[in-house]
Amino acid sequence: MSNLAQTFGALRSSQKFQKRFSVAVRLVIAVFLIAFSIFPVLWIVSASFDPSQSLATQTSLIPRNASLQNYQRLFGKDPNYKFGDLVFQKWIRNSVKVSGISTILSLTITTMAAYAFSRMRFKGRVAMLKGILLIQVFPNLLALVAIYVLIFQFGEIIPALGLNTHAGLIMVYLGGSMGMNIWLMKGFLDTIPRDIDESGMVDGASHFQIFWHLILPLLRPILVVIGILSFIGTYGDFILARILLNDVNQYTLMVGLQIFTAGQFDQKWGVFAAGALIGALPIMIIYLLLQDQIVGGLTQGAVKG
Amino acid sequence: MSQVLPQQPKKRSGMTEESLLSRLMRVVLLVLFDAGAVWFIQNALSKGFDQLAIIIGVIAVMFNIIFLLPQAYPLRWMAVGLGFLILFTIYPIIFTVYVAFTNYGDGHLLTKEQAIPLIEKQVYLPEGGRSYSWTAYRNEAGEYALWLISPEGETFLAKPGEEILPAKPGDPGVGEADSKGIPVSLEGYQRLNTLLAATDKNLPNIKFGLEGDQIIQIRNPNEAAELQIRFKYDEATDTVVDQSNGEIYYNVNGTFTSRSGKTISPGFRTVVGLKNFREFLTSPALRGPLVQIISWNFIFPTVSVVSTFALGLAIAIMFNDPQFPFKKLIRSLLIIPYTIPGLISIIIWRGLLNSEFGIINKMLNAVIGTAPRWTTEPFWAQVAILLVNLWLGYPYMMLISSGALQSIPSDIYEAAVIDGATPWQRFRHITLPLLLIAVGPLLIASYVFNFNNFNLIYLFIAGGPPIPGAATQAGYTDILISYVYKLAFESGGRGVQYGLASAISIVVFIIVGAITLFQYRFTNMWEEVSENV
Repeated sequence: MSNLAQTFGALRSSQKFQKRFSVAVRLVIAVFLIAFSIFPVLWIVSASFDPSQSLATQTSLIPRNASLQNYQRLFGKDPNYKFGDLVFQKWIRNSVKVSGISTILSLTITTMAAYAFSRMRFKGRVAMLKGILLIQVFPNLLALVAIYVLIFQFGEIIPALGLNTHAGLIMVYLGGSMGMNIWLMKGFLDTIPRDIDESGMVDGASHFQIFWHLILPLLRPILVVIGILSFIGTYGDFILARILLNDVNQYTLMVGLQIFTAGQFDQKWGVFAAGALIGALPIMIIYLLLQDQIVGGLTQGAVKG
Repeated sequence: MSQVLPQQPKKRSGMTEESLLSRLMRVVLLVLFDAGAVWFIQNALSKGFDQLAIIIGVIAVMFNIIFLLPQAYPLRWMAVGLGFLILFTIYPIIFTVYVAFTNYGDGHLLTKEQAIPLIEKQVYLPEGGRSYSWTAYRNEAGEYALWLISPEGETFLAKPGEEILPAKPGDPGVGEADSKGIPVSLEGYQRLNTLLAATDKNLPNIKFGLEGDQIIQIRNPNEAAELQIRFKYDEATDTVVDQSNGEIYYNVNGTFTSRSGKTISPGFRTVVGLKNFREFLTSPALRGPLVQIISWNFIFPTVSVVSTFALGLAIAIMFNDPQFPFKKLIRSLLIIPYTIPGLISIIIWRGLLNSEFGIINKMLNAVIGTAPRWTTEPFWAQVAILLVNLWLGYPYMMLISSGALQSIPSDIYEAAVIDGATPWQRFRHITLPLLLIAVGPLLIASYVFNFNNFNLIYLFIAGGPPIPGAATQAGYTDILISYVYKLAFESGGRGVQYGLASAISIVVFIIVGAITLFQYRFTNMWEEVSENV
């Protein structure tokens, strides 16, 4: 009997040891993985403080003579540094403006459409829902030529909506907003009990009143998630903005950074690093703060675009 | 029951009855919208944008139906979204399909209606016929003027860009006549002597007179003649006749071409049937790079999805233990690649993997004494792209795998342990199959995303290194979509080719569409819709 107890005890302690050992091994692996994950970020932080600003001269992770010179150059505060195509503040402003406006408008479009799909029954409803999903199969990247021609022709008639305008770009973004997000939003709306609507109807409220006063407040969490994902998606978009905007003062941040780094990249490394950090940091912080909500949105099928 | 019943009609009337004010507003807004649409369509038609006019017309009709018919009430909630969807997603798709069957591109940018007037504007200097004797004058700015005398003795003054008008010596601004009746000077101009005029290199190229009215050009030192319209379009036979020699040009795929192979510029846009698709598949100039591009286009997403999923899943399993220390911190640090805008990450990696100055090669050189040339050797460029994509993509896979892992019930594992299954057997026969059901659709979506991962391919080294001898610019890391972009927007030696680019887009669309439809089947998304009806 005691023999058996001893054996069990030994087994348990060895299991405990095994467990500790495995945790330790996994922690070591974690350190390597984290090194792989954040190494480029650390390196770019270092480069941004390294005044030598060339790729060739950055040799250690801790910069010698660390200074804010690259940031001063980025914001045009360094009189000795002239680079014609660098108007960083404008790019940031353009990016925030374009992403902000298209996010708000596309949220409005999406939420109202999803409300109708969720709460009303009409002919062609299922066909339309399927159709919206099907159309997304055709990436608008493939229709670049057509979109370019379309915006060009728009501009010939209404110059304010043509090539090289933010309004034209925002219109194109809105064209792509009736997609997966409608499904996400409709799925969320379907979980809101219909009793809420019915109580409103009993009081004689119109559809719009019900939507505005009863449903919309309940949608706040999903609106935040979809809004952030769509803001980040638009903020990070490169190709549409690249073909539709052609003036350096109109560029979004992504287009500006890409064009800035197009030639003699190794000589602009430091300034690029500063710009990359400023451009990426707000997005990183949002992601890390809201990672649980965003992961929730992901597992429902949203793919980072 | 008795409480509910009387309210039933009220509820229904609340839905359909709207106040007079809101009805009025709806009609006023609709009228304003219609007025705008009519104005826009008129403008579009006058500029020759027929397709745009049609699509705006379709949207306007749709808006009127939606906002006038009471049955269409639910659609009012999505009318604006549908308008944008039709204009910026559906119309471009239709347009792309159309362009794929045309020769749209450099040399064929105009419509036939725009091209023919341009062709008919072209002039030539006839060999015989009415001619003038001429005297040239030049001013300080290097501008020329001509004094013309017709065979009948009438005299004219001709300047480039100005109407040719009769003039006499002694008129205001015209000097006195010399012995031959030619003014010695013009105001501001100096007369050129015969030798100077005969050897002047500019003179024979200058067109005097107003375009569209009468143009006179110098034919030889003694004669200047009126230019004549060179080409006449014959609508009945769809041919162009060269007036100078009577040669007939036939419409061959949007270019007027003579029997001897001469062509007239500009060409125009026209439907060329399957020509672009044929060229895509059979043209020897394209075939070499195309085989390379298509095979890489399948290798790249396959390896990317497998590698990112393997790493992401491994991490998810390793840290799936809820009591694992620093779990939250580790996860936050590991998803950092996912939180940086892709373009920025890719450009950073371009710097890190720079063959000469990049830190990775500096370290490799220091440690093992050699380093691959990531940007110039085809094989290593592909490896670099896959490596960067592993870094970009594993956090997403890690997030979805750890979500799915938690949904696998633990009692299955307990049963397997009791049956004596090894960890590998447990993974192979329980974890992986169950996980694949949950994340399978997302893996397919990721495959499709990477199949068209333009940003990575283009931003890293723009598809390079270049494939030697390729007729169009194509590189060893190019995928179809980046190749399409180069064809359409970065004219290489062959000029932009919207038609061919659109044809390739269609091929890509068919591949991607097939994969995605398979995914919808697989995920019973359709059934989900039907359930909620």
